[in-house]
Amino acid sequence: MLAELKPDTRKVVQCYHCGADCSEIIREDDRSFCCDGCRMVYNLLSENNLCTYYSLSEKPGHPADPKLKAQFEVLDRPEIRKKFLRFESETSARAVFRIDGMHCVSCIWLLEHLHKVNAGISSAIVNFPAKEITIDFNPAQVTPSGIAALLASLGYTPSLNLGSLDEKQKSRIDPRVIKIGVAGFCFGNIMMLSFPEYLGADISTQSGLVTFFAWLSLALSLPSLLYCGSGFFRSAWTTIRYGTLNIDAPIALAIGVTFARSVYLIVVHGEAGYLDSMSGIIFFMLLGRYFQDRTYERLNFDRDYRSYFPIAVMVKKDGKESSVPVTELKPGDVIYIRANELIPADSKLRSERTYVDYSFVSGESIPVAKNPGDDIYAGARQQGGAAEYEVINAVSSSYLTQLWNGDALSKRNNLKRQTYIDAINKWFSLAILVTAFGGAGVWLLIDPAVSLDVLTAVMIVACPCTLLLAATFTNGSVLRWLGRAKFYLKNADAIERIATADHIVFDKTGTITYVGSSQLEYKGDDLSPEEWGAFVSLAKQSGHPLSRAIVAAYRNIPGEFRMEHVMEISGSGIRGMTNGSEYLLGSSTLANGGSPQGGNETAVWAAIDGKVKGRFIVHNQYRKGLREMTARLKQKFRLSLLSGDNDAEKSLLSDVFGTSMKFRMSPTDKLNTINSLKADGSKVMMIGDGLNDSGALMAADAGIAVSDNTNNYFPACDAILDGSVFSKLDKLLKFVRSASRIVKITFIISLLYNVVGMYYSLSGQLSPLVAAVLMPVSSFTIIIFTTLGVRISAHRQLRDCIA
Amino acid sequence: MSVLFLLIGASLVIALGFLIAFVRAVRGGQYEDSYTPSVRMLFDDEPSDDKKSNRNQKA
Repeated sequence: MLAELKPDTRKVVQCYHCGADCSEIIREDDRSFCCDGCRMVYNLLSENNLCTYYSLSEKPGHPADPKLKAQFEVLDRPEIRKKFLRFESETSARAVFRIDGMHCVSCIWLLEHLHKVNAGISSAIVNFPAKEITIDFNPAQVTPSGIAALLASLGYTPSLNLGSLDEKQKSRIDPRVIKIGVAGFCFGNIMMLSFPEYLGADISTQSGLVTFFAWLSLALSLPSLLYCGSGFFRSAWTTIRYGTLNIDAPIALAIGVTFARSVYLIVVHGEAGYLDSMSGIIFFMLLGRYFQDRTYERLNFDRDYRSYFPIAVMVKKDGKESSVPVTELKPGDVIYIRANELIPADSKLRSERTYVDYSFVSGESIPVAKNPGDDIYAGARQQGGAAEYEVINAVSSSYLTQLWNGDALSKRNNLKRQTYIDAINKWFSLAILVTAFGGAGVWLLIDPAVSLDVLTAVMIVACPCTLLLAATFTNGSVLRWLGRAKFYLKNADAIERIATADHIVFDKTGTITYVGSSQLEYKGDDLSPEEWGAFVSLAKQSGHPLSRAIVAAYRNIPGEFRMEHVMEISGSGIRGMTNGSEYLLGSSTLANGGSPQGGNETAVWAAIDGKVKGRFIVHNQYRKGLREMTARLKQKFRLSLLSGDNDAEKSLLSDVFGTSMKFRMSPTDKLNTINSLKADGSKVMMIGDGLNDSGALMAADAGIAVSDNTNNYFPACDAILDGSVFSKLDKLLKFVRSASRIVKITFIISLLYNVVGMYYSLSGQLSPLVAAVLMPVSSFTIIIFTTLGVRISAHRQLRDCIA
Repeated sequence: MSVLFLLIGASLVIALGFLIAFVRAVRGGQYEDSYTPSVRMLFDDEPSDDKKSNRNQKA
């Protein structure tokens, strides 16, 4: 009977709970479910009268995941508990869980009604943008692990990692917002107090009032300078100590000089100073910085290492296995790591030969073979089957931070071109000093009294504020629009890199094809249930799109087999042993021992103990709109295809890619091709699937990973493109290019303002009025121009990309 | 014109009051999540079915 098992391609019934296609229908209460997990959640909800869940959104659920219960027990241990809970007393406690699975109104509704399912929970409040839930409970009635297990049984498995234990996470007050509030308060009031002077009141006629206002402005400027502006001074000082200058140096200079000159004017002459400009600089710069930081945080792209490290690992001691917090590992402990898990500490391999990769640390996902006794660094990802390691060094967070920030990843960042903002840093400060002293020097010859004025005036006006505002506001807007269109860029530098690319290289499997589960067909000998289970378990060990398709298509096969001696040959296949037999899944070359057979379709061959049993034929489903989109792309870019697959569909693809197609490429081949294209002078943009192309993605000038599940981690790319908007790629690229143009235009505008300011200051005519007007006017016009410019451009290019 | 001294002083005190209110709001987590309350307020209230129904739910 199982030989006929194949994914049901007739009109499929959808699961009432999660909406997935039911290849095997489980019925309950007159409703259909795709698996036991979904049915269990439904039962739990209907028992507690929570079926409103289903009426608020369409098929909102996830299947329950009871297997993880053991992992949560570590939360009850006293040391962990203390760090994890935000608050605990005898009768009440508060815990915050991060739940990535919440995605709709039903989720919010259900999670906030947790108290109906468990009486020990008194309240649950969801923070949807942060994907967090804050639960207040009675520790005498329910334990943290009990709550976590409850969440998992509803299909909302919380993700627990080292980041959850971070003490710093607990204070959620954002000092930046308070600083902006104070800076705005000071700026607004000082400007108000400066108005009489703009309107002509001067020291001779209104001396009492003018002096009063001046001293009041001075008092108001102190919090702005000392509290809000301190960040700029500290940052500039730190870089000066190391011998370089960053962009905060000219800002700090401008603020400092303005303040000094104003104090002199107020104290010695009783006149108003330039404090309105100074507080304006501080306010606008803080605003720009905050805006920029928030954009990056909201994208939530590059979480740091703590988000991926587990809280606890299995330690084997005297034949018993127990869950031990990662921070308590000591040298000599024997830890048991499963496939795809991270090795949390420097260790030595104890069990047999296995494979790890350092994709997490260096971005390279090519497996590295390790023999018993070999050393492995913390942060390596287990690629073969499960293995045992002996800990060499205890886990230290400073070491992990160093690893994360250090060598491999930052070296890679330096390889990419420095963008023009960094270039501006370098010569801007120098240019100011040269102009200031030069101007002052010239005036010394003409009229020495003006000389000091000119010196300080140049430094007041020559703030790179507008340049920075132009960059940060434009880039921030662009990143947010792209995020809404499901194209997630890592940072502002990526904008420039993507905009200047002229040659686009596509990967095939998983990138231009959509490897879903409904296009798989098995042809071959009948297999017993154990053999089916073994093949599926073997496929689970691999991240290749074809393996994932097999796992998805046959996920209802019962039984999880423990695979040993698992070895994945990147791009060719995977083999492993269980129950005394060796199973193999892979390309036809691999399975047929060197001589490919079976024509030119894309297939995953299956063999047991060297004997071919059959093959899974994959009907490539190309992403919708590929042909039209590439036709449009061809007008502006050169296109190429690099595929690890065979050339079965060459003729299909030739009218899209012409003759620049290469097949049967290994990851190294792809990398070399990219490098040679770069050597020829092209600016290469590589579009791949993130997991198997990381070397090529990093080597390209711009690397884009196409993903259908954006929760995965892709260290090697500059941007993630959601698979559902793949056909809009040409429009997205057009938008990025126009955004890059807008940035350049705003730079020119802000330079014009600087030139005008220079004119006034060099000619000795910089009155407080002029300075005060110049700053806000230039800032506002830049902000308005970029925001409107990006918005108009977005509406033109991205009209049908945004939901 | 000397009344201006008093007026400016008074307005600054009021503005300071607003600043303090702002700082307290930020510290109290008022601006942390601007999306979920908009969803939460649209949920229907359940008919009370237990004695503890007087307990208010924090929104």
